[in-house]
Amino acid sequence: MSKNMILKGNAHKYGSNINTDEIIPARYLNTSDPAELAKHCMEDLDTEFIKKARAGDFIVAEDNFGCGSSREHAPVSIKAAGLSGVIARSYARIFFRNSINIGLPILECDEAVQKIKTGDALEVDLVTGEIRNLTRKEVYRAQPFPEFMQEIIKKGGLLEYIKSKPSKR
Amino acid sequence: MPQTITERILAYHAGKKAVEPGEFIEPKVDIALGNDVTSPLAIKEFRKAGATKVFDRSKVVLVMDHFTPNKDINSAEQVKFVREFAREQKIKNYFEGATVGVEHALLPELGLVLPGDLVIGADSHTCTYGALGAFSSGVGSTDLAAAMSTGRLWLKVPSAIKFIYKGKLNKWVGGKDLILYTIGMIGVDGALYQTMELSGPVIEKLPMSDRFAMTNMAIEAGGKNGIIQPDAITLEYIKKRAGRSYKLYRSDPDARYAQVIEIDCSKIQPQVSLPFLPSNTKAVRELKRIDIDQVVIGSCTNGRIEDFRIAAKIIKGKKVNPNVRLFIIPATPAVYSQALKEGLLEIFMNAGGVVSAPTCGPCLGGHMGILASGERCVATTNRNFVGRMGHPKSEVYLASPAVAAASAVKGYIAGPDTLR
Repeated sequence: MSKNMILKGNAHKYGSNINTDEIIPARYLNTSDPAELAKHCMEDLDTEFIKKARAGDFIVAEDNFGCGSSREHAPVSIKAAGLSGVIARSYARIFFRNSINIGLPILECDEAVQKIKTGDALEVDLVTGEIRNLTRKEVYRAQPFPEFMQEIIKKGGLLEYIKSKPSKR
Repeated sequence: MPQTITERILAYHAGKKAVEPGEFIEPKVDIALGNDVTSPLAIKEFRKAGATKVFDRSKVVLVMDHFTPNKDINSAEQVKFVREFAREQKIKNYFEGATVGVEHALLPELGLVLPGDLVIGADSHTCTYGALGAFSSGVGSTDLAAAMSTGRLWLKVPSAIKFIYKGKLNKWVGGKDLILYTIGMIGVDGALYQTMELSGPVIEKLPMSDRFAMTNMAIEAGGKNGIIQPDAITLEYIKKRAGRSYKLYRSDPDARYAQVIEIDCSKIQPQVSLPFLPSNTKAVRELKRIDIDQVVIGSCTNGRIEDFRIAAKIIKGKKVNPNVRLFIIPATPAVYSQALKEGLLEIFMNAGGVVSAPTCGPCLGGHMGILASGERCVATTNRNFVGRMGHPKSEVYLASPAVAAASAVKGYIAGPDTLR
């Protein structure tokens, strides 16, 4: 993720407890090829999603997004489908870790979730955490990540981050 | 500083005297676990990062349990990829074929996880090992890659909810009913990012199989880990299994909890979680008649010998309803062999059930019992999300082995007390 990264796209709004089985059904887990996983992104929640979603778009959801299985294939499928990222009120913890670790931008913002509707044009500044709703001419502010995670994001993922640190062993 | 059992274990592994909720630590891991779905991604990440050797070949455990016996060519290729990595790295604990069992039943059974351990696994039900008084938590593949290469992993110290289970257990009520009831009470994000510490006089009397079923489902309430303080029952379980030293931790009497929840177990009747969330819990007796097409008894939640003893006791001498397919999936080779010795498998087969090799299989909609559109299954597994066991228009009802067995006979969801 480069500095001053501005992401632009339209919102696709969903509810609470969107689980990883809906994001990428297990029947597609016999591969870890991102392009293959992307084809089935969100399939069991909304079969039309992958046809509607354009590169750069955002998934906007309510509470506990990504609950369920530990499959990293879920954030991988969202990223590989060309989505900008996810905005939600809260995330399940494994999905949260996985997204940070693979560099999928995810934001927590109650106000954004309340006000954004499907189809709204959004512009997100990952550095400031500002979410601009171009359709409604509103600005929401996402929770900043803890410093520790900002470092991982800056380095481009967990393993890059580890590589950059002196070995503890 | 007073500490919970979880904080004690985390502090020890981070080389500290104490830790506080919210603190970021980078503890050492005792076991890093992966399966046939999550390991291939982890191995790719491991190599991409330029790592060449795992931190300790005896502390990485790879269990090929999800789509095995390999259900298709892609699955076979994934397992082959992991097998080659295991050979190259001389991983001691690689399980496939005759040695494989459902990971969270297998590891405790083999004594690979012991009290006081810190375990991370690229599988969300890694939280199962908390029943042994260990800290264990599910992570993703990149986290597994990091742990395999460095032997450490970053964690945020969770705050804890203490659950105190009191009262007399009703007939046919066990660990599965208690945890379904608990999740129904607090919701699927009721313990998000938190520890679920399970305690009280009821827990102290529960056998290990019921304790495993409970900690197994901590993730279904969003929990980071579920944990039970080790006691005489724990020690009896690990006595013959432990091949190395271990540590028994306890929560300090003045340890701090974000919340303490008391549960009166005498109010709990056999439970079922209706589609499509594990928190959608009801007592079986409150349900109208719900006809079913399939019953699955198995999984990392309820695939242990005690589970099959309960199911066999209910099914013995009866017939599975002709509209129902009953799948019996012993979680490990040892469970399979013990069930065979005790004549349980014969009871199931005589009743019209089918016995399968150990596998996660249908639990995640992999294979060995996939549902068609409109079909309903009572399963002793842990998730009932949309499409979890097959078609997005199929339905999974979560229940105990007792309820699953009774339902198989009746052809609709029923408690064991409805059988003569």
